[in-house]
Amino acid sequence: MNDARALPTREERLAAMLAAIPYMRFLGMTAELAGDEMTAILPFAPHLVGNVMIPALHGGVIGAFLEMTALCQLGVREPLRRLPKTIDVTIEYLRPGRAQTTYARADVRKVGRRIANVHVEAWQEHRASPVAALRGHFLLSLPDIEERAAP
Amino acid sequence: MSFDPEAMAMLGARMAQGTPQAVALQFRLVSVDSTGAAMAVPWREELVGDPESGVMAGGVITTLLDHVCGLSVSCAVIAAGGSFMEYGMATLDLRIDYMRPAQPRREVIALARCYKLTRSIAFVRASAFEDDEANPVATAQAAFAFTGPRAVPEARAPADAA
Repeated sequence: MNDARALPTREERLAAMLAAIPYMRFLGMTAELAGDEMTAILPFAPHLVGNVMIPALHGGVIGAFLEMTALCQLGVREPLRRLPKTIDVTIEYLRPGRAQTTYARADVRKVGRRIANVHVEAWQEHRASPVAALRGHFLLSLPDIEERAAP
Repeated sequence: MSFDPEAMAMLGARMAQGTPQAVALQFRLVSVDSTGAAMAVPWREELVGDPESGVMAGGVITTLLDHVCGLSVSCAVIAAGGSFMEYGMATLDLRIDYMRPAQPRREVIALARCYKLTRSIAFVRASAFEDDEANPVATAQAAFAFTGPRAVPEARAPADAA
């Protein structure tokens, strides 16, 4: 990502990520900030459908949306030098993702020296009825760690 | 164990062409047989997840893996004597380990094998790679539940653990 000193605010860091990542545009994903709480938004689009009979969003799209939400939340929270790298994710599918807008919020459970643990939940009409959840580990490039490691 | 290559080929074509997200990502069917399936996704600028390196987004690999895992379950159901039209299924969970970034500007192939099929659940392993299965970009483990009006008939299921 861009130099953290040039992008000091959470809003600017989020806007930079949304603008810079082509795949987020492919999904049509956006995100809004209320203080430090970010809500990711995935408006329904026909190309996101995985099952035309229901119709339902592709499970991979839901997983991808949850993963991108985790990456954005980490970028908003930490002044990262580069985008975090996904180490592993476990996606639990709870309900079919219907042909409507999907929302997601990430909970950063721990940020260690190099690795962050993040939980994400996605829902549609009702926050209390999530469609899917993700737990994942992400490799960080925190500026202070790289500076500390420098000679 | 019965095996209908025609039904298998039809299923493969349906999975590549009949799903809007698969069409949008330009998935290509590589192979289908009685236990597994392989599909590929071409690299494209609009699928990039890291603009600095040009590496395709993990989400594209996730979708390819989920898709090919589902296809491998349908293959296993057909091989067990079922008709895939009758068995709706849903992904229960999908675990993905990302070993390394996919090489920019290269196609990624995902290969999935349904290694256990029961009346209600199918278990799948998969990996994604450019050309060498031994050097994976990512590996996956998934479980699927059958949700259709009819379960996989007991007599036809190769095993019954769940």
